[in-house]
Amino acid sequence: MRTFDLATTPLRDLNSALHSIAPGANDTNFEVVNPRGSHSVAVGIDQPVTVEVHGSVGYYCAGMNDGGIVTVHGSAGPGVAENMMSGTVVIEGDASQYAGATGRGGLLVIKGNAASRCGISMKGIDIVVQGNIGHMSAFMGQSGHLVVLGDAGDALGDSLYEAKLFVRGEVKSLGADCIRKEMKPKHLKLLAELLEKAGITGIKPGEFKRYGSARTLYNFNIDNADAY
Amino acid sequence: MCGIVGLFLKDKSLEPQLGAMLSDMLVIMTDRGPDSAGIAIYGAPSDGRAKLTVQSAKPATDFAGLEALLKPADASVTVELKSTHAVIETATTQASAVRDLLAQERPDIRVMGTGDSVEIYKEVGLPKDVVSRFGIREMGGTHGIGHTRMATESAVTTLGAHPFSTGADQCLVHNGSLSNHNNLRRELVREGMTFETQNDSEVAAAYLTAEMAKGKDLGQALTGALDDLDGFFTFVVGTKSGFGVVRDPIACKPAVMAETDQYIAFGSEYRALVNLPGIEGARVWEPEPATVYFWDHEKAA
Repeated sequence: MRTFDLATTPLRDLNSALHSIAPGANDTNFEVVNPRGSHSVAVGIDQPVTVEVHGSVGYYCAGMNDGGIVTVHGSAGPGVAENMMSGTVVIEGDASQYAGATGRGGLLVIKGNAASRCGISMKGIDIVVQGNIGHMSAFMGQSGHLVVLGDAGDALGDSLYEAKLFVRGEVKSLGADCIRKEMKPKHLKLLAELLEKAGITGIKPGEFKRYGSARTLYNFNIDNADAY
Repeated sequence: MCGIVGLFLKDKSLEPQLGAMLSDMLVIMTDRGPDSAGIAIYGAPSDGRAKLTVQSAKPATDFAGLEALLKPADASVTVELKSTHAVIETATTQASAVRDLLAQERPDIRVMGTGDSVEIYKEVGLPKDVVSRFGIREMGGTHGIGHTRMATESAVTTLGAHPFSTGADQCLVHNGSLSNHNNLRRELVREGMTFETQNDSEVAAAYLTAEMAKGKDLGQALTGALDDLDGFFTFVVGTKSGFGVVRDPIACKPAVMAETDQYIAFGSEYRALVNLPGIEGARVWEPEPATVYFWDHEKAA
């Protein structure tokens, strides 16, 4: 286990160490203390490393993660796990705006609340939020899954493509072209797998509602002009 | 970008440290905007005395003999020089006479802020330089706001720096850009407001001043701003005893707040808050869009 104290060590040293891990290396456990809201903590990981961050981080923590397991024992600023490719990012506290934006794969678990635009333009990532999410979440979501145990803010899934959204609480409003859909057995099974993957127990998939695209805005149609 | 901070103390024992705490918060936000910086600090009002914070591009000539010059308007006037700024203290009853005399005798001096308790310091440059040239760290007070600017809407000048003060003991810092400020400025000019800059944030400050002049409290004025101002904004505002925060309905400009038994704090980023006492145990949250947050010492007391 290597420990980086960001109160005394430049962030670049941490990220360089993470980037210089060779495939198959054994020494892959990292601990980060005193992040004090630093930006870009543990970005660009491309090996199966484990990073435990003790404290709150700023912008873009674990961005572009490809295979790492990053846990933040605190809250995260805007753009956590942005454009994640694979691996797992867990935020013990809250996350700010656009958590998991444009993510292509992997799992993002937020144990607190996420702010606006959670999962905006998601492209395959799975996001599980145990609290609430803010407005414009999953805007233009293309694929992947967004699971919310709490409530969702305004305009959920605006201009949604094929991302699947599951919300257990109230949805303040749905965005353009996003509709409530039937929860079929295959969706209950999928949701049970996502909850298990996120380590959530005692919550039944049947408690959620499913939302997805009505698919009326895929191709430009002059009759839908007002909806764009 | 721009970085904004605010601190509203509940615990009187922290008051001597307000300037130091606010300075630390602002200096950490330097990389959000290096063009200019400013701080407004509210001290305890002293009975019957008014303060006028003024600025000059030529302090050596403009501030020379200033106290003696203003004595005819108020024998009790005092002038404290701080770099390019000076704080003029006068009897409240003579404040307008002092201001008139100042305008007449030293027309190049600019008024940064007026009121019973507020002092405003702002200049082109980095926060660390601005706070040190005005000795902000040594100042105490009850609440204050600060701003480090990345200029978008108007020139990089001292007047274009935040905070903007358009009414007695009122000031505002802004992160964002307004899209209807020209129209709104015209309407406010018709109502009798005057403007010193082409800056959109000054329009927001003047809007709040005009609304409060109609009898609204700060909370009500901020609620009105959500309907009447168009564009992106996170505002932090101060009044003589109040402190408010509001974000537009889209809320893409960042904001983090923290509350403990000792204070309410605002920062554009969490980094600004990390040195505050007891932050580990604070309630930390992101203010909701189109939601007014508002505290007042007088209402709490």
